[in-house]
Amino acid sequence: MIGPEQYPAVMIVVPLLAAFAINLAGLIDRRFCYPLLLLALGVAAAAALAVLGQVMRDGPISYRLGGWPPPMGIEYVVDHLNGLVLVVTCVVAFLAAVYSKRSVERELPDKIPYFYTLFILAVTGLLGMTITGDAFNLYVLMEITALTNYALIAAGRADRAPMASFTYIIIGTIGASFYLLGVGHLYIMTGSLNMADLRTILPELYTTHAVIASFIILLLGLWIKMAFFPLHGWLPNAYTHAPTATGCLIAPLVTKVSVYIMARLMFSVYSPEFSYRVFGPAEPVVWMAVAAIVAGSLMALAQKDFKKMLTYLIVAEVGYMVGGLWLANRYGITGAVLHIVNDALMTLCLFFTAGIVVYKMKGHAFTDLRGLFRKMPLTMAAFTVGALSMIGVPPTAGFFSKWYLLLGAIEAGQWGFMAALLFSSLINAVLFFKVIEIAYFEPCGVQHGHDGGQAAAHDVIAVDEAPFSMLAPLVLVSAALLAIGIYSGSLVTNIIQYAVPAGF
Amino acid sequence: METMVSIKPLLAVLVSLAAVAPIAFSGSRPNRREGWTFGAGIIKLALILSMLPTVLAGGEIRYTVAELLPGLAIAFRVDGLGMLFALVASSLWLVTSAYSIGYMRGLKEHSQTRYFAFFAVALSATIGVAFAANLFTLYLFYEMLSLATYPLVTHHQDHEARLAGRRYLAYILGTSIAFVLPAMVIVYQQAGSLDFVRGGFLAGAGLSPALLGLLFFLFVFGFAKAAIMPFHAWLPAAMVAPTPVSALLHAVAVVKVGVFAIFRIVTGVFGPDLLRELGLGQWLAILAAITILVASLIALSQDGLKRRLAFSTIGQLSYIILGAALLSPKGMTGGLVHIGMHAYGKITLFFCAGAIFVATGLKNISDLDGIGKRMPVTMAAFFVGSLSVIGLPPTGGFFSKWYLLQGTLQAEQQVMLFVLLSSSLLNAAYFLPIVYRAFFCPPAECRVHGPLREAPLWCVVPLVVTALCSIGLFFYPDLFRRLAEIGLGL
Repeated sequence: MIGPEQYPAVMIVVPLLAAFAINLAGLIDRRFCYPLLLLALGVAAAAALAVLGQVMRDGPISYRLGGWPPPMGIEYVVDHLNGLVLVVTCVVAFLAAVYSKRSVERELPDKIPYFYTLFILAVTGLLGMTITGDAFNLYVLMEITALTNYALIAAGRADRAPMASFTYIIIGTIGASFYLLGVGHLYIMTGSLNMADLRTILPELYTTHAVIASFIILLLGLWIKMAFFPLHGWLPNAYTHAPTATGCLIAPLVTKVSVYIMARLMFSVYSPEFSYRVFGPAEPVVWMAVAAIVAGSLMALAQKDFKKMLTYLIVAEVGYMVGGLWLANRYGITGAVLHIVNDALMTLCLFFTAGIVVYKMKGHAFTDLRGLFRKMPLTMAAFTVGALSMIGVPPTAGFFSKWYLLLGAIEAGQWGFMAALLFSSLINAVLFFKVIEIAYFEPCGVQHGHDGGQAAAHDVIAVDEAPFSMLAPLVLVSAALLAIGIYSGSLVTNIIQYAVPAGF
Repeated sequence: METMVSIKPLLAVLVSLAAVAPIAFSGSRPNRREGWTFGAGIIKLALILSMLPTVLAGGEIRYTVAELLPGLAIAFRVDGLGMLFALVASSLWLVTSAYSIGYMRGLKEHSQTRYFAFFAVALSATIGVAFAANLFTLYLFYEMLSLATYPLVTHHQDHEARLAGRRYLAYILGTSIAFVLPAMVIVYQQAGSLDFVRGGFLAGAGLSPALLGLLFFLFVFGFAKAAIMPFHAWLPAAMVAPTPVSALLHAVAVVKVGVFAIFRIVTGVFGPDLLRELGLGQWLAILAAITILVASLIALSQDGLKRRLAFSTIGQLSYIILGAALLSPKGMTGGLVHIGMHAYGKITLFFCAGAIFVATGLKNISDLDGIGKRMPVTMAAFFVGSLSVIGLPPTGGFFSKWYLLQGTLQAEQQVMLFVLLSSSLLNAAYFLPIVYRAFFCPPAECRVHGPLREAPLWCVVPLVVTALCSIGLFFYPDLFRRLAEIGLGL
């Protein structure tokens, strides 16, 4: 019987087995695939919520896979930090799966079983990366995630997606190799791969070059994986040309999970004191984050394509989280962790909108957005909430993580980081109001205003909303952005404050 | 002083927000739709009035919605200042709603449902600012107001509206993110709280004078809705909006939210004593004085009636800021009372401008010669409104200007006395000729001729009502004065 103590394994095993089931079911009738996907992700999400509840009640959980004791066996560890990330991952994946139905039917009609098999394998990989307490196991799952991602992206537009995916393969593999190299260093120095075990062995070796090198190499690997500027080159094309359903899954999750893994490394494999000392004071990394935020925002500003603009914003947002984690104070870390949650949902909201635009208007350039406020008022209302959250207008969620990050920046005396956050808010305001303007004012050239307007311009565009399976997840996410904003206080006091390492 | 906890402030904020859905869903039934607006407006006013006795008795009403961080909550507190502002805004919303019916239907405007829906949102935000118990709540509703008024400003959805909307957001949203947000975070980080406290809470927080000065001006310029120069250019641009929007939002709600926020900063965050000690009040007074004079001079040269009114508003807003900056009891009282007095006077003027546009399609002052014969009621109301803005009896504007003048003497700022008086002259110079030419222009030069044909009744009645209120406030200014004094703790 599967009791609550088995839930951590359920979260991984159910999606993994479902991958086979979906593939097999697809041979019989491809209509089975979608319900199976939802069922598996629903079970995983329920398990993740239950596990987070357990962690909040009883503290961190350790689960021995197959009963083998660590450090020999693989250990799953869930604490407040990854408990939260697991829930976010499951919920986002579930919503993305619900949303995917119509777009997959439209874009990939012949490949539904294969696509969903890869889709759920990618989710399995992400969940595994998050839950595992073993540095090498993490590498394996990272590769599973990456390989499925390459395939999921390559399924996109035939003229652009394969090339984008190929670039991603090359760069992603380099990132993974760096990570593996770093783990190799650690194994040679300590003889262990279990994170908790490493944490106890490493302090004696903190002064050795090999350990310092391992930290830097691991970070480089992760920075490539999370598209930390200037290592972001693979991301924009890959995410722009991927199929809609792929974008909605990986754009919100992959970078965020990578950021989580960086936090895990900094706090649980190495010690925070060590992490913040390696680069002297942590300042250089914060300045890199500043560069990421500024560059990401500016590159987003230069885009003429809605979806591509969003991908550059992801690059900027990664800067938020990396910078927050390296501010080396409670506010900064709280802000970064909160931003993992918020940014996953914001990105999801925006990519959902982009997907609906693609579905309805057959394109994602700015010119495809014309007249959308008339045509799809609900979609655009939800999008506006997401946009406001990106700008950081209270009471949307994005405001509150920015608030913590700003507090952290001031406490650390990092005025550059503070200025970058404000700069990015302003640029986001410009970007999103540019989009809103196009959707609200255009089509131009038609007389609006006092008299003729009523007949001429406004009745031409009839309301034509997105299908329910796309609209419902979008509206839910935007409602969640408001709810998480208003209740961010309880999110922080009940969960995130325990995720901040002791001593901060 | 008694403090009671009651959900009423939250309800007063939410009632118009709750009306948005019914308004949106009754788009095909205009009468029912406007019924929802009036219903929400009446309930809102009733809720606010029901809190009035407590406030007049010196009490406060508090309500905390959600605690976000220690010392950071979405919370409401109804005191004299907030009550004064809420009364003005909610009473004028009702009048404006009636006027909107006449104006929007008279011109057969498109998207009226959207218009009424966002108006309701804007009023929620305004009352939220009035009742905000702390800087964070104020900021929240301030931003909400900026965004809710964007579709109203850009209502016509043409190229001009697009540019105006861009400027509107650039100034208002831009400054609030670039200036107010960092200042607010720094205050919270240093003082650990953002709750308004009478007399301010920064005095004991141990900040350096230089930082305090920086923070003060980040706030003053950051709340750009107060239109202190050089952050005023959004207001004339926003005149592309339909006139009821200009009337209620750009003479009452939006701009007064700006000066109200500055009042809160002066009285609730820094405190008059600290500002006096640092000499910051003096600097603010100088900024306000420059804005008053320059805006009045620019107003003289404007031919568009609404643009002239807009520059007049910029000047009058700085009266209120000057009142705050004087830091003297009479000056601050005068400034606060001017929030109400100016509101009734200026909204009358905007209503008149709109009525003229509905009835004749004219927008420029040079085309209005002789219009008094065609629209005598409207132009008579215009005259009353002008008197109030100039500050002459028998209108409410006289009362607040009287207090402001006394305030300058109390603060021993004779220069400011001179500024106020010369501004009154300028006000007279840019308003009275309009009235004169409307009624007494030689027949040969008249651009508009009879016969008598006023705008629709839905337009005329509201502007008569507000004009009469302006006169009434001359005889009964006590409610506003007492609320101001209670709010200031005098």
